[in-house]
Amino acid sequence: MEFYGTALASRLFLGTAQYPSPKVLCEAIEASGTEVITVSLRRETSDGAGTGFWQMLRQTGRRILPNTAGCHTVQEAVTTAQMARELFETDWIKLEVIGHADSLQPDVFALVEAARILSDDGFKVFPYTTEDLVVGEHLLQAGCEVLMPWGAPIGSGQGLRNSDGLRAMRAHFPNTPLVVDAGIGRPSDAAAAMELGLDAVLLNTAVAKAGDPIAMARAMAQAVIAGQTGYQAEPMPRRDMAVPSTPVLGLAELI
Amino acid sequence: MKITVNAKPHEVSASTLDGALIELGLISPALATALNGAFVSRAKRVETVLTDGDRIEVLAPMQGG
Repeated sequence: MEFYGTALASRLFLGTAQYPSPKVLCEAIEASGTEVITVSLRRETSDGAGTGFWQMLRQTGRRILPNTAGCHTVQEAVTTAQMARELFETDWIKLEVIGHADSLQPDVFALVEAARILSDDGFKVFPYTTEDLVVGEHLLQAGCEVLMPWGAPIGSGQGLRNSDGLRAMRAHFPNTPLVVDAGIGRPSDAAAAMELGLDAVLLNTAVAKAGDPIAMARAMAQAVIAGQTGYQAEPMPRRDMAVPSTPVLGLAELI
Repeated sequence: MKITVNAKPHEVSASTLDGALIELGLISPALATALNGAFVSRAKRVETVLTDGDRIEVLAPMQGG
C-alpha cells in the first residue's frame, strides 16, 4: 500500500504531543518503528522552543506529517497548511477542520472545501474525517488519495465506536488507503482496526499518556502487525452455535 | 506603526514584515508567517509592506497529534 506514492513498511503513524519529556518521545518513536510522525504549528514563544523541537524531530529521520489541529474554518486550515508546508518542507498535510468543540468532530463541509483548495495547490491531503461514505466520496473528488476516518473522538481512548461503519468504508473504498485517526486507546483497538482491513492507524494520546509510553509504543506496533497479518490471513467466519474442533469420529462409548 | 504580533500589541519602526520580525527578535529560520490571516512566504516577507493595525501571526514547530 502506498500513501501518495510513498510505500511505508510500518502502518503505525505516531503523534508527538503530550509525552512526559522529549527523551521519552524520541524513545517512543524508536520503539514504535513508525515512519511517519505528526506535528503541529503554534505561536512562536520567546524562548525559541519550536526551533529546538524541530531540530530534534529532524534527527529522528522520520517523515513529517504536519496537522492543522485547532482550525475551525477553511481559511484557518488553508493558511496553516501553507505555513506548515514551508516550515516542514513537505506537501503532506493532515487536514483537520474542527466543527464541534466538545467532540472535536470534523466539520465535513468545510473539510471538503479546504481539501479541494489544498489539493489544487499541490498538497497531498490526509483528511481527518468521519466514516460517512458520501463525505469520503466528496473528499476523493476534491483530490484526496487517502481517507482518515475517526475511531472515536480525539484523545478519548474509546476505541472503534463504529466498527460497522469502518467495515463499510473498507468495502466501499477498496483501493483507497484508509487510516484510522483518533480514538485508539489500547493495542486491541489498533489490532481491531487493522483486522477490519484498514491500512494504518494514527494515534498519539494512547502512547503519550500510557504509564510507560515506550512499552506502549512497542505494544501498538505489535498490535498493528498482528491485526494486519490477521486480516490478510482471512479470519474464519463467525458461527452462531458451537462446532467441536476435536473430531467426533471414533469417539468411545463409555457409558 | 502599531501592529499586533501573535495577539500582542507592538510598536515598530520597520515598514516591512521582514523588518518587523528582525526588530522584534523573531529571527529563527524555523518560523512561518501570516499577515491578516493570509500566508506570507519567507521569500515574500522582505517585500511585504505593513500598514497600521496589521495582524501578524508567527508560528513555530510544535508537538502535535
